[in-house]
Amino acid sequence: MTSIFDIPTGVLFGQLLLGLINGAFYAMLSLGLALIFGLLNIINFTHGAQYMMGAFVAWLGFNYLGLGYWVSLVTAPVVVALFGMAIERTLLRRLYKLDHLYGMLLTFGLTLIIEGVFRQLYGISGMPYAVPKELAGGWNLGFMYLPIYRGWVVVASMVLCLGTWFVIEKTRLGMYLRAGTENPILVRAFGVDVPRMITLTYGFGVALAAIAGVMAAPVFSVNPMMGSNLIIVVFAVVVIGGMGSILGSIVTGYLLGLVEGLTKVVYPEAASTVVFVAMIVVLLIRPAGLFGKGA
Amino acid sequence: MTSSSTALTPSPEVCVRRQRWFALVVAMLAAAAPFAVYPVFLMKGLCFALFASSFNLLLGFAGLLSFGHAMFFGWSSYVTAHALKVWGATPELAILAGTAVAAGMGLVTGWLAIRRQGIYFAMITLALAQFFFFLAVQVPFTRGEDGIQAVPRGHLFGLIDLSKMMPMYWFVLAVFGLGLFLLHRIVHSPFGQVLRAIRDNEPRAVSLGYRVERYKLIAFVLSAAVAGLAGSLKSIVFQLASLTDVDWHTSGEVVLMTLLGGVGTLFGPTVGAFVVVTIQNYFAGAGSWVTIIQGGIFVVCVLAFREGLVGMASPFMKRRGIIV
Repeated sequence: MTSIFDIPTGVLFGQLLLGLINGAFYAMLSLGLALIFGLLNIINFTHGAQYMMGAFVAWLGFNYLGLGYWVSLVTAPVVVALFGMAIERTLLRRLYKLDHLYGMLLTFGLTLIIEGVFRQLYGISGMPYAVPKELAGGWNLGFMYLPIYRGWVVVASMVLCLGTWFVIEKTRLGMYLRAGTENPILVRAFGVDVPRMITLTYGFGVALAAIAGVMAAPVFSVNPMMGSNLIIVVFAVVVIGGMGSILGSIVTGYLLGLVEGLTKVVYPEAASTVVFVAMIVVLLIRPAGLFGKGA
Repeated sequence: MTSSSTALTPSPEVCVRRQRWFALVVAMLAAAAPFAVYPVFLMKGLCFALFASSFNLLLGFAGLLSFGHAMFFGWSSYVTAHALKVWGATPELAILAGTAVAAGMGLVTGWLAIRRQGIYFAMITLALAQFFFFLAVQVPFTRGEDGIQAVPRGHLFGLIDLSKMMPMYWFVLAVFGLGLFLLHRIVHSPFGQVLRAIRDNEPRAVSLGYRVERYKLIAFVLSAAVAGLAGSLKSIVFQLASLTDVDWHTSGEVVLMTLLGGVGTLFGPTVGAFVVVTIQNYFAGAGSWVTIIQGGIFVVCVLAFREGLVGMASPFMKRRGIIV
């Protein structure tokens, strides 16, 4: 077997692939957070719980309704997004005129409720979710073994992220969105229904988290706490990248996933902390974040 | 002060007399409480009350939301437990060691976190706390999932046996009182006034020539030190230091206590802490109901109840000159 610096290439590329998958989830979640923060001025702490709900809706759909992976990939985000939009309409809407911190506190409280309810119903042990049979198995690429499902997650998430970037930066709809971020009152004066746009944006951000959850279900096990540790890492990613740039959040997400994967090979003890160390380094060198413009 | 409220406020002498009476009654009630209520419960409440009060110094008076205060609480708890159990230190030295470590951590993490404002500050403190959580999982001296168990309480100053319930309780009460008094003096000092100016209008404070970063950092270190003091006390009371103390849930709980009691009030965090600890005790066997209820209180507080319990009561008490 070939190796680089005494590390078997199979292990190295296997970990890098897993890192890329984690990076895909970081990218999708931080992208959603940035979109929501841009328009709502709220840091959506519930994002991790909504990721978990996406995985759970897929799992529940399979076990109680017999819905397959491909159906869940569409229905789970829709269900979770509807739930999110209901929260935005009834609760978050009351906070827009207050300090940003209240939004974070409210969504933190919602996270506790959601995770508590799921833990009460399904316990804390992980539940398996099978890889869809179309994507089962793997290819031997010579230098590594590629499970098809993992390859699919990387490609699909990239398409999704770049699609979102394209819609926001290059289309008329995205133009309204960017204008709403800059100056909602003026956009409203031009006849755009800004409150509806806010609700839909929140729904879209939440849907991204839920899709990430469905994609994660076959890779990791489905459990009520799967989102809470992830969301803290995503916060670090957001601090590193800054929320000013859509492409910036995507690039930072994948980059940190790769860094984490690489750390797992080189120095496994630091794998759980490397993202936080990266955040510290960025704060020291570029306090505004890699793509940020001021605090 | 408006003329209408001046008419209702009693004369300064009456105010001072009422404040002294109020303080005396509270102190006597607190000293006598263990004869009526389970002392360990009271001590737990006092530790968390001190912890929440330290957090309140930042949020209530400097406008800084630290979402990672458990790192100071938990790590000082580890250091104190280690000092007592492995080094055989006396309790006061172990507490000093824990508090000093927390203050040092506060200096480093505060220096990093104040580089960004508002929501980013909260996210950075949360991420740094998670870093210290993983560190606690991996470093051998914390003993991982088991934590440091059966910590000896020892003799205070080599004289007072803290393994007896009553001396332990009065010691905790004394440290709590001292801590709260210290925070009270900080808030009402010229330094505290500048902090409030920064909270209310940071650019203005900068343009007036204040070195805002330095003030924020000092407030952060002070807050971390008091949070560490609370954590050290906690590890002596429960004779245990564990991963629960460094977990992000603990950071969230201390936010909840402060919010529920009243952000920016002297006694709010204490009231909030006792309510939350009571809920924890009451629902201890009911699985994740504690978390669900805490989440519910968060939502209600943020939506309808932002001044908190003490915040609602304080206009009444201020009018009668009972509190300042």
